[in-house]
Amino acid sequence: MPNGKSRQPVPGTTIFDGEQARKGYALNKMCYSFNDAANRKAFVADEDAYCAKFGLNAQQREAIRSRNVLQLIEAGGNAYYLAKFAGIFGLDMQDIGAQQTGMTKDQFKAKLQAAAR
Amino acid sequence: MAKIVGAITTSHVPSIGGAIAKGLQQDPYWKPFFDGFPPVRDWLARVKPDVVVLVYNDHGLNFFLDKMPTFAIGAASEYRNADEGWGIPTTQPFRGDPELSWHLIEQLVAEEFDIVSCQEMTVDHAFTLPMALCWPDQKWPVRTVPVVVNTVQAPLPSAARCYKLGKALARAIASWPKDERVVVMGTGGLSHQLDGERAGFINKEFDLQFMESMVSNPAWATKYSTVELVELSGTQGVELLNWVVARGMLPEKVRKQHSNYHIPISNTATGMMLLEPAT
Repeated sequence: MPNGKSRQPVPGTTIFDGEQARKGYALNKMCYSFNDAANRKAFVADEDAYCAKFGLNAQQREAIRSRNVLQLIEAGGNAYYLAKFAGIFGLDMQDIGAQQTGMTKDQFKAKLQAAAR
Repeated sequence: MAKIVGAITTSHVPSIGGAIAKGLQQDPYWKPFFDGFPPVRDWLARVKPDVVVLVYNDHGLNFFLDKMPTFAIGAASEYRNADEGWGIPTTQPFRGDPELSWHLIEQLVAEEFDIVSCQEMTVDHAFTLPMALCWPDQKWPVRTVPVVVNTVQAPLPSAARCYKLGKALARAIASWPKDERVVVMGTGGLSHQLDGERAGFINKEFDLQFMESMVSNPAWATKYSTVELVELSGTQGVELLNWVVARGMLPEKVRKQHSNYHIPISNTATGMMLLEPAT
């Protein structure tokens, strides 16, 4: 490390830096394509073919298959791009948050409410 | 001489767009957020700005990771938004102000801010929703200049650099010869984190300190590195850099006309401030 510090000093947090950006390029590029409704439709129609078109590696393909957000981040996914993937399934940010923290959606919402106190 | 008449800073959570489309402004979940805006609209009706310079971060609509500018300025005559992947309702197009855009670009580059200029640009929810909160009829009475800050891919510009960018933008606007009234907007934040095991992180104490600093100690946030800001405000809370740019565009002394803070909207602690130069 250039400055002797960890690249990822914040617990439970992956800062999206150059290393993640390189690792996740194909995955994020596919998610970027979901800006276009026709591409979302093409993904749903043939997920394998669509992932192959963007050259996802095995880890990325598996993370997409499992709809697992922590795995998608591990595979280089960026939250803003992954949100477009989640949108295909009608998942909102509390669904995503609950999945990543191992909570039910109601528990996760209660956690957010508790931060107001 | 163009004059900055005030700054509006606000969160820009995408689900606000859904709430607007469904007319949920008075719904108990949404009301504490939307109630922050009527005083802002009254103020806008009073000051009648000609132009809005809107500082925000793109979330992967206009910019992909193939080319990621640290700072970019729109120089188009019109800006449109688009479906961002989850069917966000689109708005009427926004009028640009290419002459002012190019003036800002020229002045900033002369001051060693190496800006990316964009003659074609789509604008996402971070631009459209704050505009829709200010003008709910979405008949935009202003021309617009989008200023985009990279808060997506590290290395991010430091808060100190963002504050200086704001000051340089203010000087550039002051040197614009047209007699026009400019409102600045800075959108994003406050504390929230969408990703990772720490998803759902909110830091009320930090947010309130930050909002106080916007009034009384504008350089306060510049003591933090961007990694520290992520730690304190979350991976997306760092969007507060857009507020720092907007604050830099006002003089040292400001008057707080209005503010609002509410937890949560979606996963986000939402903040809103309306500041005027205290002159």
